[in-house]
Amino acid sequence: MSQTDLYTLAGSALFVIGLYALITRPHLIHKVLALNISSAGVFFILVGIARRVVGPVPDPLPHAMVLTGIVVTVSATAYALALAKAIYTETGVAALDAGDIENEGDPGE
Amino acid sequence: MPKVTPTSPFAVRVAALAVCAAVGALLARAVLYIPETEQGLAPLIDANLEASGVTNAVTGVLLNFRGYDTLLEIAVLVLATIGVLSLGVKQTGTWAPLAAQADPVLSALARFLAPIMILVSGYLLWAGEHAPGGAFQAGSVLGAAGVLLALSGYARPVWVTRFALRAVISVGFIVFLATAVGAMLVGGTLLEYPRDYAKTLMLVVETLLTVSIGAILVSLFIASASPAEELRHRSRGEA
Repeated sequence: MSQTDLYTLAGSALFVIGLYALITRPHLIHKVLALNISSAGVFFILVGIARRVVGPVPDPLPHAMVLTGIVVTVSATAYALALAKAIYTETGVAALDAGDIENEGDPGE
Repeated sequence: MPKVTPTSPFAVRVAALAVCAAVGALLARAVLYIPETEQGLAPLIDANLEASGVTNAVTGVLLNFRGYDTLLEIAVLVLATIGVLSLGVKQTGTWAPLAAQADPVLSALARFLAPIMILVSGYLLWAGEHAPGGAFQAGSVLGAAGVLLALSGYARPVWVTRFALRAVISVGFIVFLATAVGAMLVGGTLLEYPRDYAKTLMLVVETLLTVSIGAILVSLFIASASPAEELRHRSRGEA
């Protein structure tokens, strides 16, 4: 397995870990963190793919896309955090699904 | 205060695990089977780099060949900032809760570091023409300097009014858009800079983008980092 494969596989794993947490964690801050882990995985994959060229210089296009992606992730994260704070201010709970609150220890219900 | 359950019911977790495993397997197979001998777009970019006005391939891609990506990216940044500012805590004194927790040692360090960070930001902006660097890296350093100053208790200067802050936040996007549309009006297509002016136009756009990105990142950070205590008293008191 080459170094590039290691990068792209690790990126895939990170993406899936983030996806799993995004689905299963009701808390909004957990969801924001999960999205960030997923996007880190996407960047890993793009950086790995940029190396899949003949010759010493990586493909600059995926690198440019990673730069764009980082900035979009930062702004999306900040907006998501502001929304989560607004939801908390209004409802007192930082979670999306009202059915998931106030029944800790009773997950079967 | 009501508690949020840490995770979903067992059945949901199992289903999510199955979905994620399937996605992961597909993704892993896809990334491993991209042919190794693929040339990518590097030769095409190298062949046309001279026409872009810069000599660094990544900057050329960002500001010229795929300029619309960057244009939409700064649009996303400005939109997110508008969203955060319109949701945010009350506008006056947003720095005050951070300043109250400032440490004197941190303040002294910030006073030493801030000018250096501004210098590094200017260097990165200039270096982007021929080496790794450019508006987004330079803007990040500028934003980091602003965050450091905010955390160190330096108040927002009085001349930075609400209007001035919003003007700085949006000037990068406005000028970039004007340049893109201007290039279309003088005979090219959208974002097709006239070859002779490409370098000058890109430098002007990059410089204004740097300042805007710095202001945007500081605004986003301060809006997100202000303590929750300040928010709680605004809640409707049902909980």
